[in-house]
Amino acid sequence: MEEFAKLIDRLIYTRSRNQKLDIIAQYLQETPDPHRGWALAALTGDLEFPNAKISAVRNAASERLDPLLFKLSRDFVGDTAETVALIWEARPLPKTSETGPIAVGDLVAKLQNVARKDAAALFAQLLDRHDPDGRYALIKLATGAMRIGISARLAKTAFAQAFALNVDDVEEVWHALSPPFAELFDWGEGKTGKPDISGAAYFRPFMLAHPLEEGSVDMADYVAEWKWDGIRVQIVGTGDDVRLFSRGGDDITAAFPDIASNFDAIGVVDGELLVRGDAQGDDSTQGSAASFNALQQRLGRKKVSAKMQKDAPAFVRLYDILFDGKTDLRALPWQERRPQLEAFQKTLDHERFDISHIIEADDFEHLAKIREGSRDAAIEGVMLKHRQSPYIAGRKAGYWYKWKRDPLNADCVMMYAQRGSGKRSSLYSDYTFGCWNDAGELLPVGKAYSGFTDEELKWLDKFVRQNTVNRYGPVREVEKTLVLEVAFDSIHSSKRHKSGLAMRFPRISRIRKDKPANEADVITTLRAMID
Amino acid sequence: MKISKTGSSKSAVNISAHWIEPHSFGIYVKPADAWIDPMRAVDTALVTHGHADHARSGHKTVYATPETLAIMNLRYATHDAGHAVNYGEQITIGDVAISYHPAGHVLGSAQIRLEYQGETVVVTGDYKRRSDPTCRPFEVVPCDIFVTEATFALPVFYHPPTQDELQKILESLAANAESCVLIGAYALGKAQRVISELRLMGYNKPIYLHGALVKMCDLYQQHGVNLGDLRPVTGTDKADIAGHIVMCPPSALNDRWSRRLPDPITAMASGWMRVRQRARQRNVELPIILSDHADWTELTDTIREVNPREVWVTHGREEALVHWCGLHQISAKALRLVGREAEDDG
Repeated sequence: MEEFAKLIDRLIYTRSRNQKLDIIAQYLQETPDPHRGWALAALTGDLEFPNAKISAVRNAASERLDPLLFKLSRDFVGDTAETVALIWEARPLPKTSETGPIAVGDLVAKLQNVARKDAAALFAQLLDRHDPDGRYALIKLATGAMRIGISARLAKTAFAQAFALNVDDVEEVWHALSPPFAELFDWGEGKTGKPDISGAAYFRPFMLAHPLEEGSVDMADYVAEWKWDGIRVQIVGTGDDVRLFSRGGDDITAAFPDIASNFDAIGVVDGELLVRGDAQGDDSTQGSAASFNALQQRLGRKKVSAKMQKDAPAFVRLYDILFDGKTDLRALPWQERRPQLEAFQKTLDHERFDISHIIEADDFEHLAKIREGSRDAAIEGVMLKHRQSPYIAGRKAGYWYKWKRDPLNADCVMMYAQRGSGKRSSLYSDYTFGCWNDAGELLPVGKAYSGFTDEELKWLDKFVRQNTVNRYGPVREVEKTLVLEVAFDSIHSSKRHKSGLAMRFPRISRIRKDKPANEADVITTLRAMID
Repeated sequence: MKISKTGSSKSAVNISAHWIEPHSFGIYVKPADAWIDPMRAVDTALVTHGHADHARSGHKTVYATPETLAIMNLRYATHDAGHAVNYGEQITIGDVAISYHPAGHVLGSAQIRLEYQGETVVVTGDYKRRSDPTCRPFEVVPCDIFVTEATFALPVFYHPPTQDELQKILESLAANAESCVLIGAYALGKAQRVISELRLMGYNKPIYLHGALVKMCDLYQQHGVNLGDLRPVTGTDKADIAGHIVMCPPSALNDRWSRRLPDPITAMASGWMRVRQRARQRNVELPIILSDHADWTELTDTIREVNPREVWVTHGREEALVHWCGLHQISAKALRLVGREAEDDG
C-alpha cells in the first residue's frame, strides 16, 4: 500500500503528461504481480467491489466521528475519501489482528470477499492500519472515482511504455482481459506472446465524432444521418454469447434482455439504443422512437421486468458494423462497410434492429434546411461521416462530425449555488436557476455547472460569496439579481422541479450582467418549448 | 440548516458584553467609540495585525503595535494616524481599558484585550501556537469572552511539524540540481517565516525574491529578524538561480513571471495544502503544509486553556468550531464578518 499511496500522491502533484507516464511506467516495472495489475486496474477504472462502496466508508466514519464535524469537513474538502483519510482517528489495533500497511493484492482479496454488512467494519480496520496517505489511496482504490487526472487511456499508454508495446495493440486486447491482467504483464515481459482473445465477447472502443462548430463540409465527401437521442451501444455476438456495451465499455446486457436474446448473429455492430414510441422522428425522418426520458426508465437496472419490456420495448438503430462474423471490417472505408451493414441487418429481427437511414441532401445548404426541421421531430441533430472513413477508436479529425441543432435559450435568475467537487471544491460552481411564474414567484427550472470560462467561474464564485442571503450546509441561497442565459438541448415535463420542467444538457451560455432580474423569462415561455 | 447560536447551559444565564457589537464589517466597542479591524474607514480603529483583511487604510486614528504600524505605513503610507501600543502596555479610551498581547501570527500581531465595567473581552485577530522565529509567541490571556478566528476550524486541518515540511524543499533541491524550487508564500509573514526557519535549519545559500516581497523582508530585517542573504530575481542570470530557492507571492506561482526561472518546481506554503484537491487547483507540485493560523487542535486546545465564559467565533469555519464548543459545554456563537474569506492567507 505504501508504494501505491506514493504513486497516487506523485500523480496528483505532477502536471506534465510525460512525467505522469514515467511515474506509472516505473511503478509497473518495479512492482510484483499481482499487485501491479490491481493497481493498473484501479487507474483505468476497471475495479469494482459491489459490497465495498463509499457508503460503507461513510458508515465507518459516522461511527468513529462526530456527524456534523464530518459533514462540514466533507462539504469543505469536496471528497469523501480525502475527508475520511484526513480526519480518521485511528485506534490501536488489538494484538491478534494484522497491523501495518496492507499489500494491494491482499486489500483487493478482502474487498472482494467482504459481505455488505461487514464492509464498514472492514474499512474501519483497514483505516486503523494506515497513515493519512495510505488511507486516501486505499479508499480510492476500493471505491473508484480516483479523480487524480489520469484517464484510462493514459494508464494504458504508461503500461505500453513500460514494456515497449504499441498502445493500440494493448487497447485491442484490453477489454477481453480482466484484472490483475497476468497475461498482459507476461506479454509485456516477453514471457508469452500477445494474449489470444478469440472467442470472447468483449468491447471494442467506439469511434467518436467531433462537434461541427463552424463552416461546412462537402456533401460529395460526406453522408448525413440523424443523430438519435438514445444511448450509443455496441452489440457483440460470438455465437455462444451476446453482450451489449455502453459508450464507456460498461456491460449493460442485463438491462436489455429483449435486445440480447434477439440478436441472432455473429459479429460486432454499433448503433443507438432506443425505446419504441412516437416522440422522436416522424414519417419524414424514420420515426417511431420514444424520448430519451422513456429510455432512461430502463437504464441502470440489474433486472428488468416483463412488463417493462412490454411497455417500453427497446430496439437498436444500427449505425455501423465492425465485424461481420469473425472478419474485421474496421479498416474498410465507410462506403464499403455500409453495404455490409445493410446485408447484416437483413438477417436480424427487423422489429429489434433497424438501420439508420441516410439523409438525402443535395448539398450542405439543403442539409441545413432539413436539420432545422428536425427540432419538431425531437432529434438531437445530424451526424456527418466521411465516405472514406475507417472505423477508428476515439475521435479522429476530419472523419466524423456531430452537427447538433442549435440549442434553445432562456434567461434565468440564479437562485442557489453549491460548491463543486474535486478540483472545484473551493468554488461555487453549481448553480440552480429559475424563471418567473404568473404570480411573480421565481421557481427553479434547472441546474448547471458548465459553459463558463475559468475567468467567469471566478466572477460567479465571487458573486455568490458577496450576495449570499442564506446558507444551507454546502448550498448558498443568493440575492435573486443575476440573470444567466442558459442554453439547453431540449426541455421536458418533470416532477423533479417545482416548475414542472426539466432541461436536457443545460449549461450557462452567458452571464447577463446587463439584464435586470425581472426581465428574465417566464415559465410559460419555457413550457411552450416542450417538443 | 442555518448557523445556530449554540446553546449550552451557560448561555441562557449571561447576556454578555452588551458594550461590544459585532457588525458585518468589524467589531464595535461602544464606550470607546472604536472599531476592531474595521473593513471601512472609521474615526478610531484598533488593529490586530497588518494583513489587508484586518488592517485597512483611511482611518483617522489607528491604535496598533509599533510593528503593525510600520507595516501599515509601508503598505498605505499612513504616517501620522498611528498611536503605537506596546505589548502589555495599557491605554484607556472612553473608560475601556485596552491592552495588546502577542498573537504569534505575524510580526507585530496582537490579541486585543478590552476591559469595561469588570468584564473582559479578548479579540484574537489571527493567531497560531506553533513556534515562529519572526514573532513573539501567543500568550494566553484570561477573559470572559474570547473572540477567536476560525480559518482552519475543521478537524481535517492539522499542520505537521514545520521542519518536516520544510525538509521537503531541501530534499527536492538536492534531487533536482538543474531546477529551482519556487515557493509561493504570503508576502507578509509567511514568506519571512519560511526564510527564517530555513536559516535555522542551517540553509545559508542566497534566497531569491520576487519584487513584491523585497520591502516586507527589509522591514522584518530592520525589526531584528535575520533572514540572511536575500537577492532579487530581477537582474540575476537564469543559470545562477538553478539549485536555489526562490520566493514569490502565491499569485505569481503560475504567472508569466515564473518563466524566467530555471525549470521551477512549484511549491506553496499554506495550511490549505493539507487538502490535495486545493493543492491541485493551484497547480502545486510540492505542497508545504505551513500556516500562520491555528490548526484544529490548536484552536480547540486554546479555547480549553483560555477557558472563557463564552466564545465568539469569527471568520472561517465558524459552524464547526461553534458545534465543537457545544459538544464540550462551552457557550459559543458565530459572528459573521465580511471580507475575510481570502484563502491565500493560509
